[in-house]
Amino acid sequence: MNQNWIPYRRELDYGTPEVQSRQQVTLAVDGQSVTVSAGTTVMRAAMLAGVSIPRLCATDSLEPFGSCRLCLVEIEGRDGMPASCTTEVDEGMQVSTQSRRLAGIRRNVMELYISDHPLDCLTCPTNGDCELQDMAGAVGLREVRYGYQGANHLDEAKDDSNPYFTFDPSKCIVCSRCVRACEEVQGTFALTISGRGFQSKVSASADEPFRDSECVSCGACVKACPTATLAEKSLISMGQPEHSVITTCAYCGVGCSFRAEMKGSEVVRMVPNKDGHANHGHSCVKGRFAFGYATHPDRITRPMIRDSIHEPWRKVSWDEAIGFAARRLRQIQEKYGRLAIGGITSSRCTNEETYLVQKMVRAAFGNNNVDTCARVCHSPTGYGLKTTLGESAGTQRFDSVMQADVIVVIGANPTDAHPVFASQMKQRLRQGARLIVVDPRAIDLVRSPNIAADYHLQLRPGTNVALINALAHVVVTENLHDPAFIESRCEAEAYQAWRDFISLQENSPESLESVTGVPADQVRGAARLYAAAGNGAIYYGLGVTEHSQGSTMVLGIANLAMATGNLGREGTGVNPLRGQNNVQGSCDMGSFPHELPGYRHISDEAVRRQFEQSWGVTLLSEPGYRIPNMFDAAISGEFKALYVQGEDVAQSDPDTQHVTAALESLECMIVQDLFLNETAKFAHVFLPGSSFLEKNGTFTNAERRISPVRKVRPPLAGKEDWEVTAALSNALGYPMDYRHPREIMDEIASLTPTFAGVSYELLDRLGSVQWPCNASSPGGTPTMHVGEFVRGKGFFAVTPYVQTDERTTRRYPLLLTTGRILSQYNVGAQTRRTENLQWHDEDRLEMHPADAELRGIGHGDWVGLRSRAGETVMRADVSERVQPGVVYTTFHHPNSGANVVTTDNSDWATNCPEYKVTAVQAYPVSQVSEWQQRFRRFDREQQNHLAGAEEPETG
Amino acid sequence: MTVSVDKLIRMAEQIGANVSISTDPDIVAERLADHLRRFWDPRMREELCRAADQGVVLSPAVTAAVAMLKSSK
Ligand code: SF4
Ligand code: SF4
Ligand code: SF4
Ligand code: FES
Repeated sequence: MNQNWIPYRRELDYGTPEVQSRQQVTLAVDGQSVTVSAGTTVMRAAMLAGVSIPRLCATDSLEPFGSCRLCLVEIEGRDGMPASCTTEVDEGMQVSTQSRRLAGIRRNVMELYISDHPLDCLTCPTNGDCELQDMAGAVGLREVRYGYQGANHLDEAKDDSNPYFTFDPSKCIVCSRCVRACEEVQGTFALTISGRGFQSKVSASADEPFRDSECVSCGACVKACPTATLAEKSLISMGQPEHSVITTCAYCGVGCSFRAEMKGSEVVRMVPNKDGHANHGHSCVKGRFAFGYATHPDRITRPMIRDSIHEPWRKVSWDEAIGFAARRLRQIQEKYGRLAIGGITSSRCTNEETYLVQKMVRAAFGNNNVDTCARVCHSPTGYGLKTTLGESAGTQRFDSVMQADVIVVIGANPTDAHPVFASQMKQRLRQGARLIVVDPRAIDLVRSPNIAADYHLQLRPGTNVALINALAHVVVTENLHDPAFIESRCEAEAYQAWRDFISLQENSPESLESVTGVPADQVRGAARLYAAAGNGAIYYGLGVTEHSQGSTMVLGIANLAMATGNLGREGTGVNPLRGQNNVQGSCDMGSFPHELPGYRHISDEAVRRQFEQSWGVTLLSEPGYRIPNMFDAAISGEFKALYVQGEDVAQSDPDTQHVTAALESLECMIVQDLFLNETAKFAHVFLPGSSFLEKNGTFTNAERRISPVRKVRPPLAGKEDWEVTAALSNALGYPMDYRHPREIMDEIASLTPTFAGVSYELLDRLGSVQWPCNASSPGGTPTMHVGEFVRGKGFFAVTPYVQTDERTTRRYPLLLTTGRILSQYNVGAQTRRTENLQWHDEDRLEMHPADAELRGIGHGDWVGLRSRAGETVMRADVSERVQPGVVYTTFHHPNSGANVVTTDNSDWATNCPEYKVTAVQAYPVSQVSEWQQRFRRFDREQQNHLAGAEEPETG
Repeated sequence: MTVSVDKLIRMAEQIGANVSISTDPDIVAERLADHLRRFWDPRMREELCRAADQGVVLSPAVTAAVAMLKSSK
């Protein structure tokens, strides 16, 4: 029996949210004694005592509202019948939830509701899972005296404009749970109840169809709706699920926990898990709805091989494909040496898969040429936080934001890239926390419903370090620092050196104003606000790391937090928001060429010996190539074969033409993926991958939380990804005989001190756990660096501002910066294969009206975009979100070629590419670029090679 | 030739600029050399040393770091 398969039932609902208080109150509900925190409602206390009170407008994800009057109770010594959802418990209270009087009132209430409700229960999509139906049953409704002929809403038209759910107003009971979910949980305020009394109705924005409204399709309202009014289209077409499995979203670094609600091996819907520690029952459009890619016809389900990228694929058996790959790799090593091949692990794959790939490279390939896509996003985080604090990870859990008084968001766009965490952050901001945004663009957070940033430091792209230095300068020179913290927790000598440096006049906001473009008084104001906060918390994203000084900026952020004592407790911290689901995990698992799992340097004898003993091989003590080094070496003819699992370097990495030239020069390229992505078009071996629904494993999110990924259906191509890597390793002569990923995790735990206590058994028991998890913290570590930094004393690193080489010139007078949007994910291979396309079917170039006008470019026109690396064409989106002189685009579609334009400039310490700054020119054009024409030709050729894939000869 | 020499030199100079936290050139060179040892594939370090031998003009910091790399071999 699979203990993780649970027969389907609705999640238990306590009616009102949990309240935490040290003061406990004891009361009796229908004679059952129960002790709860003061401030708890009678309704929740009753549920805890095992008594379910009828209700419609209450649900425990929302504050009580008290509108339906179904939950009335009698309380001894009190007049009337208070609503249990809005009445707080008192010591010694005696509550009765059932009496003839209550029964009569409840029946009347239900009668009114039902008289204006269609009676098509038998054919209703939520039949069997409808709270209105349940309540009719609970109150014993037997007749509707008003008849069904009175005025009603039964003929109202359905709104099915949203691709994933429908709104059927005829079924609405105006309980406003949806409106409150959109406000309280999601923070979008897209829904309103207009009109009064009988006329009242729910509508999206100003009576628009959902699709065109402010709605971001998070699904919170759908989850909150007690009736079929808001219902998933997949549920409507498939009917009620019969079992569910708890698993983890495979999209972004928030790592939301979901219940995959199933019918056999088909997913009916993905519903955010209320007990999910990262998301507490909330979700975004991607995890909630965009899982259709997993069954998209483009999925490749047969292994394929070919000798040249200019010939059709041959479909072969797994054995043949693996054998072919292994032979080629060994032949190449014989001819060019063992250092001529390497592998790339993926942040989209599980910890176990990533661990295996790096193990195979180090043990079976016999070198350290392994890297991961985090190279191109958060490698500076690893470097910066390890240097200053001693551990390459964020310091807090997400919930910590609820204790923050001042929130600083630097180079991150959480509402688009980390939506569920953004919702939580917005809850805290609506409670009154102050907000500082540091970003060249006016991201949504700067101004959204009921939220306005106190400071938006709209700096010039590429000047982060100058700005962070100016902020620190104010803290130090105005004596806003925390001397007690610095003295007890940080290295004195390093602090003094940093203090001397940062106090220099050249680091003052006034001196740097001309560099950053941010008025000095704003910098001073923001620094004072952050430094004076009881709890100041910094959240940052790729706008920090993807720069030539990405690592320096991370150092600078850590310095600022240390100087103000904002580390080591809830509500504070330095928090990288990781892009993809398992960026943290792939880094933890030793994916970097210089580091073994747990961030231990490959030159460390003792650590290496431990791995050598466990793996039974001798490891090289020198670092191998990073991804960009691999490409350079491929072009110079010295690097010949590459194994890429679940990554699309040809689309995601900068300077596309350089990357594709490198890939073309490889003699053997092995790609393991769901689809024939851009990289796979250059491959000789294609090994079909499995989606997150088809495998077991774990993901580690941005708060170091390890969560289980569970197989809900068999892999389409027959193998989970870890099995494929193991097979390849075996074929190379290095044995891997795991029977289940749990054994891989056991090996990881045995070799990695921060994971020592992690096991599948623990994850089944706790749901998830934040590393470090070991003997000293068996239940995991929500807050790091409490009392002492991981490295002992905190290290202040001196952070000189060095201007990037990438500067505007007469030829390239604009600065291009890149990013992502809510509905699409990274290279878009998954989201482009879902209805999410409806929101973003092409990448566009945002430019300021002044720049557009100067060039004669109108909104929607085709624009050429050229840098020293290359040229592409996309359509213009003329917008004041960007400042004059700055243009912005996304990279979700391969044919828009954003990365044809980005350059090979990179972070000094880690080679993380400088995606956020490219000097460009933009100009009106009438046709696509030369690169795009070539891209189309090559794409057509490769699609033909796929379509013409030959079956093996039988017989 | 491994990774293009120009690029290696550019990267080394970039590291030099970012670790120039001290006025003492020895400290800067030591930090630079240490960084190259910890993060660069040895083939890239050798390539850089070879370029220095061939008389490519390098900043004092990179020149000193290269000397350190050579002497520690
Ligand atoms: S889907 Fe989300 S954003 Fe849209 S209306 Fe519902 S709660 Fe609001
Ligand atoms: S749509 Fe659903 S949640 Fe919203 S008011 Fe109507 S019944 Fe209530
Ligand atoms: S916020 Fe991230 S993890 Fe959560 S549902 Fe959306 S994409 Fe998935
Ligand atoms: S549940 Fe209490 S008034 Fe609706």
